[in-house]
Amino acid sequence: MKTDFTHHQSAHCENGVASNLLKHNGLNISEPMVFGIGSGLFFVYLPFIKVNHAPAFSYRPLPGIIFSRLAKRLGIKIKRQKFSGSQAAEKALEDNLKKNIPSGLQVGVYNLTYFPDDYRFHFNAHNLVVYGKEENNYLISDPVMETVTTLTAEELDRVRFAKGAFAPKGQIYYPVYIPEEIDFKKAITKAIKATCRDMLAPMPIIGVAGMRYVSKQIRKWPAKHGVRKANHYLAQIVRMQEEIGTGGGGFRFIYAAFLQEASVIMESEALKTLSFEMTEIGDMWRDFALEASRVYKKRSAQQDVYNLLADRLLEIAGREEEFFKKLRKAV
Amino acid sequence: MKKSEVPQDKSNIESVNMRELCYATDENGNYTTALSSGWEPKTIALSNAIDDIKERTEEARQKVANGETSPILYFMEFSKMDVGILAGYTGLWQWRIKRHFKPKVFAGLSDKVLQKYADAFLITVNELRNFKG
Repeated sequence: MKTDFTHHQSAHCENGVASNLLKHNGLNISEPMVFGIGSGLFFVYLPFIKVNHAPAFSYRPLPGIIFSRLAKRLGIKIKRQKFSGSQAAEKALEDNLKKNIPSGLQVGVYNLTYFPDDYRFHFNAHNLVVYGKEENNYLISDPVMETVTTLTAEELDRVRFAKGAFAPKGQIYYPVYIPEEIDFKKAITKAIKATCRDMLAPMPIIGVAGMRYVSKQIRKWPAKHGVRKANHYLAQIVRMQEEIGTGGGGFRFIYAAFLQEASVIMESEALKTLSFEMTEIGDMWRDFALEASRVYKKRSAQQDVYNLLADRLLEIAGREEEFFKKLRKAV
Repeated sequence: MKKSEVPQDKSNIESVNMRELCYATDENGNYTTALSSGWEPKTIALSNAIDDIKERTEEARQKVANGETSPILYFMEFSKMDVGILAGYTGLWQWRIKRHFKPKVFAGLSDKVLQKYADAFLITVNELRNFKG
């Protein structure tokens, strides 16, 4: 059993699955467009939730949201199903494959055997597409991988029913309806406004304000938790920021690519100019990661380093605030 | 980030011939994609996390060897889990799991309960029971 699915590599798994599934269904939409129209750019700091024994930072909205928002704004309908047991979950997947429907799955990373060992954490918001089955092996298109791969039925069951935060519960999803005519202009305007609203939200832990809050916390970490823990927390920021195409710099570049594509559709020079600005902000995020990595690599004990990093983050927050205010006016 | 600046550092994804896709700009500032073999700051952040887990696992191993804790704690750390995740996999309450960290309580556990742990850690009941640190 094999569907005629084409694998395209992407920077981020959820964008990639959405873009690949839609392409399969005849809607040619790029990863940046999925990311932009799904309002994938986000920032939230959750000090009360611990991931790998450090506070949680997220540079993206909750899993599944990008595709849902994209679908809503383009008038696409997606079917999503969760399961309480393995049998029903496997049956639903097999039925789909028999009907020639490649299916998106939410999975946990820990038991993904084709991932390098070091990358296998209990992180449950990963996405991939199953596009066929040969004997006991499922054919897998994982969008962050260069090529397609396989998982045995047991392995796939294990990742579909991974436990912990955001447990996937065997979630399967696939588009069931794509409208003939899509008003991209309207969708882009809506999406950009939503992203600006999120990033400029008057909430202390979200968006630009969230970055400022984290910046304040970084200054306190070494005194409050000691250098070791402070460095562990810093490493967490960088991991959440840059690992496997997600987060800080990487996301800014995808968003800038989206603005470029959008500027053509919207016939707006302003969006193109703003895209260049977003590229610069992305570079600032990368410099921040580089700077932070120097701190936890050397494990230096100076208090100043943390202040320096906090200043950098503050600077980025300032730039982004300015940017999103301009962007809001441009659409 | 310019396409020419896409990092090609050594990293742990190379071991499985994996490269990441990045968005980067050409000489006119227009976006295109490029593959990256890794980036040092990322690799360091990741190895920091791995070292942390190794330290925790080693600490747990010593505690088991000294008879201060049960093998459950060791295998939990070894599997990069915390009590919450382990509770998810075993279907046991978190307070019960914490209680099972006590060697005395662990010694009295039934095969049925041990099996739940063994399944979560992908090992056998015997491996779990006979782990001496």
